[in-house]
Amino acid sequence: MSELVSHVERKKVYVLVWVVLLCFTALTTGVAYIDLGAFNTVVALAIAVCKASIVVLFFMHLRHSEKLIRLVVGVAVFWLCILIVISLSDFATRFRISRPSWPQSQPVTVHHLDMSPGTTTAE
Amino acid sequence: MSEEQHATLVAEQFDDQVQQYQAASLGMWVFLTTEVLFFGGLFASYTIYRYLHYPGFEIGSHHLEVLWGATNTAVLICSSLTMALAVRAAQLGKIKDLIGFLVVTLIFGLIFLFIKFAMEWRHEYLEGLAPGVNFTYAGPHAHQVEMFMIFYFVLTGLHALHMIVGCGIMTTLIILALRGAFSKGHYNAVEIAGLYWHFVDIVWIFLFPLLYLIGGRY
Repeated sequence: MSELVSHVERKKVYVLVWVVLLCFTALTTGVAYIDLGAFNTVVALAIAVCKASIVVLFFMHLRHSEKLIRLVVGVAVFWLCILIVISLSDFATRFRISRPSWPQSQPVTVHHLDMSPGTTTAE
Repeated sequence: MSEEQHATLVAEQFDDQVQQYQAASLGMWVFLTTEVLFFGGLFASYTIYRYLHYPGFEIGSHHLEVLWGATNTAVLICSSLTMALAVRAAQLGKIKDLIGFLVVTLIFGLIFLFIKFAMEWRHEYLEGLAPGVNFTYAGPHAHQVEMFMIFYFVLTGLHALHMIVGCGIMTTLIILALRGAFSKGHYNAVEIAGLYWHFVDIVWIFLFPLLYLIGGRY
C-alpha cells in the first residue's frame, strides 16, 4: 500500500475546532447587542479574522503545509491589504464636506472648511 | 506498490504521488488567491461605501434577520467540519465514511441555500427591499439603504453562486467515490474540493458580521 501523502489530523482536533468556531459565532452575535461604540466594528472584524485563521490553519491544513503554500496564502492576504488599505487611505483622508452623507447632527465646522482651499466663503 | 498501479495513480508528468499531491494543492491555493481578490474588490468597495454612507448602511443592516444569518453561519461551520472529516476519511482510505461525510456536507450546503433564498431573499423581496424589482422603502436615507441592499444582494448572491458550484462538486465527488475512483493516497480531488469548500465558508465568516452585525443591534 502507498505511503500517506499528507499529515492526518486527529478527529478530536477537528471537533474542538468546530466547537470553538461555533462559540465565536455566538460571541460575535452577542457582542453586536452591546453598545461598544466604534469598537463594535473592531470586535466583529477581530473575531472574523480569528475564525478565518482557525479554518485556514486546521481545516485547510496550513499548519502542516509546505512553505510554498504558506507563501501563496501570505501573498493573498498581502494583496488584499494593499487593495483595501490604499483605497481607504484616499477616502478616509478627504475632508468632511466632500462626503455626501455626513450626518446633519454633525455640522461641518469652519475648522474643516479651512482645511480645503477655495471654500473660505462659507460660514 | 507495483509499477502498474503506480502508472494508473500518478500522471506521467509527476515523479510520485507526493509531488502530484503538492501540485494539486498548490494549484487550488493559487486559484483561491484569485478568489480572495475577486471577493476583495467587492469587500473594498463595500467598506468605502459604508464609510461614505454610514447612516443608510446602518438602517439597511438593521432590516436583515440576524437569526437567519447566525443560523447560516453555524450551518456552514458544521459543513466545514464534515468536509474536513471527509478529507480525513479519504486520507485513511475509508471510502464508506468518505461518502457519508460528503453526503452530509452536501445536505448542509443545500440547507444553507434554502435559508438564503427561501427565507432571507424572499423576506427581503416581500419587505420591499429588493432594488430593481421591488424597492418600496421610503424612510430616511432611502438611496443609501438601496445602495446597501445592492451590496447585500451582490455579495450574498455571489457567495450563493459559489455554494451552488460547491454543491455540484460534492455531488460529483459522491458519484466518483461510489464508482471507486478514490483510494488511500489517491484522493487529490477530495482534498482540493475541501480547500474550496472551506474558502467559501471563510467568505461567509466575513460576510456575516459585515452585513448583519456592523452598526450594532442595540
